Amino acid sequence: MTETTRTKGVSRRTLLKGTAGLAGLAAGSGAITGFPYVKSADAKVLRYLGTAVNEGDDISKQCLKDTGIKIEYITATTDDVTKRVMTQPNSFDVLDTEYFSLKKLVPSGNILALDAKKIKEFDNITPVFTKGETPGGKKIGGQGTAPWKVLYLEGKDSKKFATSATEFVTLIPTVYNADTLGIRPDLIKRPISTWAELLNPEFKGKASILNIPSIGIMDAAMVVEATGKYKYADKGNMTKEEIDLTMKVMTEAKKAGQFRAFWKDFNESVNLMASGETVIQSMWSPAVTKVRSMGIPCTFQPLKEGYRSWASGFCVSKGVSGAKLEWAYEFVNWFLSGYAGAYLNRQGYYSAVLSTAKAHMEPYEWAYWMEGKPAEKDIKAPDGSLLEKAGAVRDGGSYEDRMGGVACWNAVMDENDYMVRKWNEFIAA
Amino acid sequence: MDTSEDILHQASPDLVRGSETKRAAKAARLSPSFISWLQAGPMMLVFLAFFLIPLVFVVIVSFWDYNEYQLLPAFSGRGYTDTFEGCIAQLPELCTIGKTYLMTLKLCFMVWAITLFVGFWVAYFLAFHVKSKTWQMGLSLLCTIPFWTSNVIRMIAWIPLLGRNGLVNSGLVKTGLINHPLEWLLFSEFSVVLALVHLFTFFMVVPIFNSMVRIDKSLIEAAYDAGATGFQTLVNVIIPLAKPGIVIGSIFVITIVMGDFITIGVMGGQQIAAAGKIIETRVNALQFPAAAANAVILLAITFLIITMMSRIVDIKKEL
Repeated sequence: MTETTRTKGVSRRTLLKGTAGLAGLAAGSGAITGFPYVKSADAKVLRYLGTAVNEGDDISKQCLKDTGIKIEYITATTDDVTKRVMTQPNSFDVLDTEYFSLKKLVPSGNILALDAKKIKEFDNITPVFTKGETPGGKKIGGQGTAPWKVLYLEGKDSKKFATSATEFVTLIPTVYNADTLGIRPDLIKRPISTWAELLNPEFKGKASILNIPSIGIMDAAMVVEATGKYKYADKGNMTKEEIDLTMKVMTEAKKAGQFRAFWKDFNESVNLMASGETVIQSMWSPAVTKVRSMGIPCTFQPLKEGYRSWASGFCVSKGVSGAKLEWAYEFVNWFLSGYAGAYLNRQGYYSAVLSTAKAHMEPYEWAYWMEGKPAEKDIKAPDGSLLEKAGAVRDGGSYEDRMGGVACWNAVMDENDYMVRKWNEFIAA
Repeated sequence: MDTSEDILHQASPDLVRGSETKRAAKAARLSPSFISWLQAGPMMLVFLAFFLIPLVFVVIVSFWDYNEYQLLPAFSGRGYTDTFEGCIAQLPELCTIGKTYLMTLKLCFMVWAITLFVGFWVAYFLAFHVKSKTWQMGLSLLCTIPFWTSNVIRMIAWIPLLGRNGLVNSGLVKTGLINHPLEWLLFSEFSVVLALVHLFTFFMVVPIFNSMVRIDKSLIEAAYDAGATGFQTLVNVIIPLAKPGIVIGSIFVITIVMGDFITIGVMGGQQIAAAGKIIETRVNALQFPAAAANAVILLAITFLIITMMSRIVDIKKEL
């Protein structure tokens, strides 16, 4: 038995090495990928791996119309996107993923940085990404995997993040947002202004958080800090003691019956809130919009401790080269040219290049979504359905206020392995 | 595993020679054991390629090391030691894995007992009270209704029924039986067991029904003629003869519930630990060796339960 086991182990390893070698060869030599594309120049197809956030049908249709590039979406959850990049790097061309996963993706060598010089609008990308401040000059909280910490690589094939700007960009930013707690104002009936309310016994059996360990623990940390129990040096990179402390607070709350349920996907969070099972929970902006579009009051409540933010962007698979790489640049440039940005802004997310998106939006839309002004006309979703009636004001207000109020970013901790184990312990408690 | 490979080695040279010469072909035709192997061969190959070999990989990977982004093919017991972390230090309190398995086994036992009870009587009704074959067929198909919708939709559908403002609670409040909505109806062990029973009773019904219809009716008549009461016939004739079905149904239900984490997750509000859930969390964090180690542990425990059950009834003999 042992003998067989060892032989098989070796053969598998050799196989893996072989595959990696082949992939590297294919990527390295322009000759292989170069010549078959000459003939297929008329069919420009890019396989686009990402979460559902950016993958609108309208975007791919418009892209085909404008550039002739056909986008084939491969949709997966954030975790599955990362898994796929690790295990099947040749199964996609363009990758749309979150900045916090870069800590895993870059060392794996399975993705290729893009050249900033080839991105037309690169200098117009919002300073949120490049400098860590809003266009109005407000400093943004940098705890966790803030995008500006991991935006540049030291060299083309480097696995090290550069501390100052280089031309090798890990992810060209596409979309981002600031998350906070969603509440049911009709059931709570009083103002909510701090993360500490999540563990307020008043909402016993009516609160919820995400059951995605790396994000859930950040929300938990916001709560712990808000209650004044502890102040973290970096909520996105806790020490073992800090993880223990955070999970202890959460475990006590769980045992006391504070949480109705934890949620894992978008629809679960919408269901919990819409049915009144929960009245306060961590949530995503479009989920709040969805609850509201069902005629149920729901607020994406700005809190004094600030927001937990996330951001995603584009890179390409290491297997992409030659003509395909050019299409990838063409696609990324198109994505930043305004249509897609306006589409994302209208969903309550934010686009990376504000100027081009503005040009594709009506002035009243821009005023509502980005400037925090009362809506002059009814606000409609990209699909034409009514989101808000005239006179409504966006929760949290303007871009400056919301992005300026970010306290921390989604992250992968150095103690990730320990944290995941503690999370399992928390669920079992 | 070793034996099956040996057999393959023995079988294939026979096969080659058989196609080469007539004499060998005649020999092959004469050997009944060879024909049996030939018949079992395709299934065995499928089993080997898609079950045993992947399983061997899982066991190998469970002894590998890992970092944030890759597997490190060096021997390491880390997957296992991490899993049993605190099991001795925390005594007498249970460690994470202990608590998780205790909960999984508890749910498993409850679901098994209820599905067995319900499944047995549904099968009994179908086998002995429904006379026409058409009706038997039709009613069995009715049992499959829970499988007509997707898992997720089926589970989401429980919220309007069992939720705080759901049908059951509002009905009970209106009739004045309770003053406040019952919180334990949803996102509790109760709702998990309810959903699992709803889903898996069918797996109990089919094998038990299958055993029951094969019971010779004259045996029941004989028992009746000999003066046995209905209860005596049930205990002394029907249950012993339906035993293989009961054991097969139990194996289905237990193996499914042991590995389930989706139903437990959704119906338990993600607050109830499950052995499968630990594996999922580990896989999502790209900690494949730790996930594999947990899979091996789950497999071993499930295998242990099944072995104990097949001690009670020799399924091979009964079939």
